[in-house]
Amino acid sequence: MKKTYKIEVDCANCANKMEEAAKKTPGVKDAVVNFMTLKMNVEFEDGQDIKEVMANVRNNCKKVEDECEIYL
Amino acid sequence: MTEYIINGLFIIVILMALGLLVYSRNPQSNMTNKQRKMLLRILVATIFLLVIELLPSSLFEGRLGYLFNLTLYLIDYLIIGYDILLKALKGIKNKQVLDECFLMTLATLGAIALALYERSSDYTEAIAVMLFYQIGEWFQSYAVGKSRRNISDLMDIRPDFANVEIDGKLQKVDPDEVAIGTIITVKPGEKVPLDGIVCEGESSLDTSALTGESVPRDIKAGDDIISGSINMSGLLKIKTTKEFGESTVSKILDLVENASSRKSRSENFISKFARIYTPAVCISALALAFLPPLISLLFNIDPRWHDWLYRALTFLVISCPCALVISIPLSFFAGIGAASKEGILVKGSNFLETLSKTKIVVFDKTGTLTKGSFEVSCIHHSKLEDEKLLEYAALAESSSTHPIAQSIIKAYNKPLDLNRVKDVKEISGNGITATIDNKEVAIGNDKLMKNLNIEYIPCHSIGTIIHIAIDKNYMGHIVISDVIKPNAQKAIASLKKIGIQKTVMLTGDTQKVAESVGEKLGIDSIYSELLPNDKVDKVEDLIKSKDSKAMLAFVGDGINDAPVLSRADIGIAMGAMGSDAAIEAADVVLMDDDPLKISKAINISKKCLRIVYQNIVFAIGVKLLCLLLGALGIANMWLAIFADVGVMVIAVINAIRTLFTKNL
Repeated sequence: MKKTYKIEVDCANCANKMEEAAKKTPGVKDAVVNFMTLKMNVEFEDGQDIKEVMANVRNNCKKVEDECEIYL
Repeated sequence: MTEYIINGLFIIVILMALGLLVYSRNPQSNMTNKQRKMLLRILVATIFLLVIELLPSSLFEGRLGYLFNLTLYLIDYLIIGYDILLKALKGIKNKQVLDECFLMTLATLGAIALALYERSSDYTEAIAVMLFYQIGEWFQSYAVGKSRRNISDLMDIRPDFANVEIDGKLQKVDPDEVAIGTIITVKPGEKVPLDGIVCEGESSLDTSALTGESVPRDIKAGDDIISGSINMSGLLKIKTTKEFGESTVSKILDLVENASSRKSRSENFISKFARIYTPAVCISALALAFLPPLISLLFNIDPRWHDWLYRALTFLVISCPCALVISIPLSFFAGIGAASKEGILVKGSNFLETLSKTKIVVFDKTGTLTKGSFEVSCIHHSKLEDEKLLEYAALAESSSTHPIAQSIIKAYNKPLDLNRVKDVKEISGNGITATIDNKEVAIGNDKLMKNLNIEYIPCHSIGTIIHIAIDKNYMGHIVISDVIKPNAQKAIASLKKIGIQKTVMLTGDTQKVAESVGEKLGIDSIYSELLPNDKVDKVEDLIKSKDSKAMLAFVGDGINDAPVLSRADIGIAMGAMGSDAAIEAADVVLMDDDPLKISKAINISKKCLRIVYQNIVFAIGVKLLCLLLGALGIANMWLAIFADVGVMVIAVINAIRTLFTKNL
């Protein structure tokens, strides 16, 4: 299961940090943050509650970069 | 002297900020409110700083004056850096100690503390570091935002609406909501929103956004029409054949927009580097602050604590890997954008990287180097005017549906008066005899001429030979062959020029035809009479025998060669408009079928990668140099922050250079 989310982030390194944070979130198989198009592609592990996982992803991203946003 | 330089610098900053603020009123500037606010802060903080610098020093005499001085500087420090301080605090709360805001805070507060300790009252440096850091961030945010928009505009072929007649009135509808089989109206100047068939109207289409081809394409009722092209002249009514999600335009958009998500090796290298770089610099800073003084103590030398501490703080100023991290994805994004403007769709940054290392190009013949359609290529030994000969041939063939007959009729390209033709007899495998203008006309191959006992001149040309005899007199022959694309020879030559080591042609055609085409084009090796499976084997052989660093590209028209496209290091499909299988299997899609675009694509990729490497080497080089000079005490914080911001500005500007592809 793959989904794409629109994001808001100011610097490229912060985008990389968000990608790392998203990858480490349980339930996420892989994540790619595209700083230029401001999009996050998330691949979920099977049988996950996507809403819950994404809420965690958002929290984890906020921890590494306070001023970021993921539009769920 | 230094004071004059510094004050001059502040004046420059003030003027620039003012200019930009005025410019920001222009709606074209596309400045966000956040950016405008930051610009204002930069302006206020710099003016304030300049005023403090210029106040007479008599004001700051005595204990009270000292405190007054400190307060003024701190206020300015807060104006320019309060958000950084806040973010640093939040970073600590979230256990993100190596956050760049935290490090900037540490560096600047440390510099202020040192100034307090030394009672030097030199706080300007700390504030300047914050100020220029903010200027750098501002520039980055503005430049990236601006190029993001510009590049997206390049790729913008998204139609906003479709005109559908509802209750007798034309209404604008979201293309997503239009069902298959709906009749939509496209007015002149509008984008075609969905794929379909023209059912009414005549016009010419501008397909340049899709193919990079600037010559308009004529279209009339009954023709297929592809979404994303622009209707230039007449009103068109179109019956849609696909939903929006399946239409050419959304497929292309999807492809291009997601292309930069497939990251290249350089991007991955940089993000890994960035992850190590900041901690490494911080640890070195820590070591620099404590090790040399402690060692000095051991040997009973003056430890010079504040000196080493200052050098350590200088390290922190250079600890942000921003310049590197921003310029690489920006270059790739610009490269993909520039290519798509030329009608070259690159499906990922990684493919742009592979493309730049291409050394062997393997071509499929039919449809790639040749047009794949039969055409009259020449007329030999004609005893009549060529035109006249062709007219007889076309008349004789006028009732035939054979592709060769069609190509003759097409070559004649004038209305045929069928009343002139009588007694048409088709002799299977031989040709046709007919009576035209009361003359006996025979048209066909060698066999037909032999059967009719007509002496003919055999032809040495490659292709299908059609002899013509009138009243048993030999009149000459027409040669029909698959035609080489007009740019094919130029394409091969330009590939050679840009350093492609080997060109190969694979074809299912006969050896004679293959060799003649290959020779004309100057292709290095030719493999003919191959079945589709043999092509995969051949490509595999070629991959095995080449140097592992040299990449092999396969160019095909996407028909029957999907397995080869995916087997090659990089698969290039051409003329792929509307062919889903080709778009799926290939890594690079050429929207039109001009083989000259191959060398253009490689050139764009090379330029992009060259800029990427320049930026990597330049940014890492300058940073390391600054670290070294900082450790030796030669570079102060001023130099550090200038180097840092300067490198970023130059790297970003260099990255944007990828967009210009005119002379490639």
